[in-house]
Amino acid sequence: MKEFVMLFRNDYNPASMPSPEQMQHMMKQWMDWMGGIAAQNKLANQGIRLGNAGKTVKPDNVVTDGPYAEIKESVGGFIVVRAASIEEAAEMAKGCPILKVGGNVELRDIVEINMLS
Amino acid sequence: MQQQELIPHLFRTEYRKIIAVLCRQFGMEQIEVAEDIASQTFLTASETWGIKGLPENPTAWLYVAAKNKAKDHLKRNDLFQKKIAPQIKNSSSSELQETDIDLSEKNIQDSQLQMMFAVCHPSISSESQIGLALRILCGFGIEEIANAFLSNKETIGKRLTRAKEKLKLEKVKIEFPGENEISNRLENVLTTLYLLFNEGYYSAAKDKVVRKELCLEAMRLAHLLTENENTDLPQVNALLSLMCFHASRLEARTNDDGEIILYKDQNTDLWNKELIRQGEYFLNTAAKGNKLSKYHLEAAIAYRHTQKEDTVEKWETILQLYNHLLQIQYSPAAALNRAYAISKARSKNEAIKEAEKLDLTGNHLYYSLLADLYTNIDDEKALHHFQQALLLSKSAADKKLISENIRHLKMK
Repeated sequence: MKEFVMLFRNDYNPASMPSPEQMQHMMKQWMDWMGGIAAQNKLANQGIRLGNAGKTVKPDNVVTDGPYAEIKESVGGFIVVRAASIEEAAEMAKGCPILKVGGNVELRDIVEINMLS
Repeated sequence: MQQQELIPHLFRTEYRKIIAVLCRQFGMEQIEVAEDIASQTFLTASETWGIKGLPENPTAWLYVAAKNKAKDHLKRNDLFQKKIAPQIKNSSSSELQETDIDLSEKNIQDSQLQMMFAVCHPSISSESQIGLALRILCGFGIEEIANAFLSNKETIGKRLTRAKEKLKLEKVKIEFPGENEISNRLENVLTTLYLLFNEGYYSAAKDKVVRKELCLEAMRLAHLLTENENTDLPQVNALLSLMCFHASRLEARTNDDGEIILYKDQNTDLWNKELIRQGEYFLNTAAKGNKLSKYHLEAAIAYRHTQKEDTVEKWETILQLYNHLLQIQYSPAAALNRAYAISKARSKNEAIKEAEKLDLTGNHLYYSLLADLYTNIDDEKALHHFQQALLLSKSAADKKLISENIRHLKMK
C-alpha cells in the first residue's frame, strides 16, 4: 500500500453563501464519503480544511491580503489515503462530493525523504 | 454473613486493597512479597476465625494482620536491614519499628490508582495488562483469570510471572504519572479497561456470572478514575458512560444457556434503566473540553442503542457517528456496523455496495452481515454468504446462530 494526497480544489466565490440546510447536506455527503474510505481502512490522515481568510507573502516584503475577490481552483483542504496504486486512489476520488459542486480532486504521490541519502 | 461466605466476600473486596497498598510501599521489585503477605493474611484469617470465631470487625482485623505480617517481613528481610533501613533512618531519622503500613481509605484508593498506571504499562502486552489488572486490582485467582480467558492455570501463571519480571526489568515505578505524561499513560489505562470490559461482554466463555463480573470490575476501575481529580477527565467519563450503556443490556443479551440474543431480538423490558440513566449522567459529564475521543463517539452510539424506537433518524445519527469514529480510529467491527447502519438509515442496496468494498473476507461477521443484507434481495447469495460465515466461525454459539439462519432461509 502507498499513500497519496488528495487536494480538494474549487473556485472560491464569496458571493455564494449556502443555507444552513445546504451546509448540513454537504457535510453529510463529505462524512459519508470519508467514512466509506475510513471503513476500508484506507484513510491515512484526516488532513485539514482551509478557511477563506489568508495572506500571501512574496519577495521583497510584499504581503498581500486575503480573502480574495475571486480565485480559480483554490485549495480547500486535503486528506491522505492508502491505495495500492494511484489508479485505485483515483477510483476512490470519483465519489468525492466536491465533484458535484464544480470542484476537482488533485491526486499526488508522496516523496519519502530519506535523511541518510 | 456466615464465615464460609464472609471470607470469599472479604477476599474479593479487601485482597486487592491490601495488595495495592503493600505493592506501592515495597515497590515493583517486591511484588511477589506483597502478594504472599496478602495471601497469608487470608490464610491466617480462615485458620484463626475457624478456631476462635469471627472477630468483631473482620476488615479491621485483616488490616492489622496484614500490617503485622508486613512489618515482620521488613524486620526479617536482610536486604532491608542492610540497605534500605539505613537510608530510611538517614532520611527521616525514624526508627525501623515506625515504618507503618497505611491502610487508610485515602491511601488505599491512591495505591490502587497508581497500581493501575503501573500495571497498564506499555512495556507489557495488553493481554498481560488485563491479566495483571484482574490479579492485582480485582483480586481474581489465577484459575478465575484462566476461566475468563478460556485458558489454563499454567499458561496464565506463566504469563503473569513474565509480565511481572518485565515490569521489574523496566523499573516501572508505582506512582502517579507527571502532569505532562498523564494523558498518554491514561490512554493506555483506558484501553486496558476497555478491553477488560469487552472480554466480559463479548467473550466466548459461557459462564454468564464470570462474564458479568469482568464487566463490573472494568466499570469499578473506571469509577475509581472518575473519583480522583487528576483522572476525572472527559474521556474517562465517556468510557464509563459507554460501559454503562452496554452493561444495561447484559441481562437481555444472553439466554439462560448463555447463548447470545441479538439486539433486534432482545426483550427490552430486561434493559437496565438505572444503568442507562447512569450512562447518560457520565456522558453529560464527558461533554467538557474540546477533545472528542473515540470513547465519546462510541458512548454516543451506545446511547442511541438504548432507545427502543427503530427510526430512520436514529440510524442516520448512528451512521454519522460511525463515519466520524472510523476517521478517528479504524476497526473491522466499526466498519461492519457502519454498513449495517446504512441499511437501516438508507437502503439495503446502498449498504451492500459499501459492505462489498470492505476487505474483511477472513471474518465470519462480514459474511453474516452480507447474508443479512442479501436476504429478501437475493436469497441465493444470502445462503452462500451464510455458508461462508459458518465455515469461518469458531465458537459453538456462533455456529448455532448461523445454522439457524440457514435453516430459516431454506424454509422460506
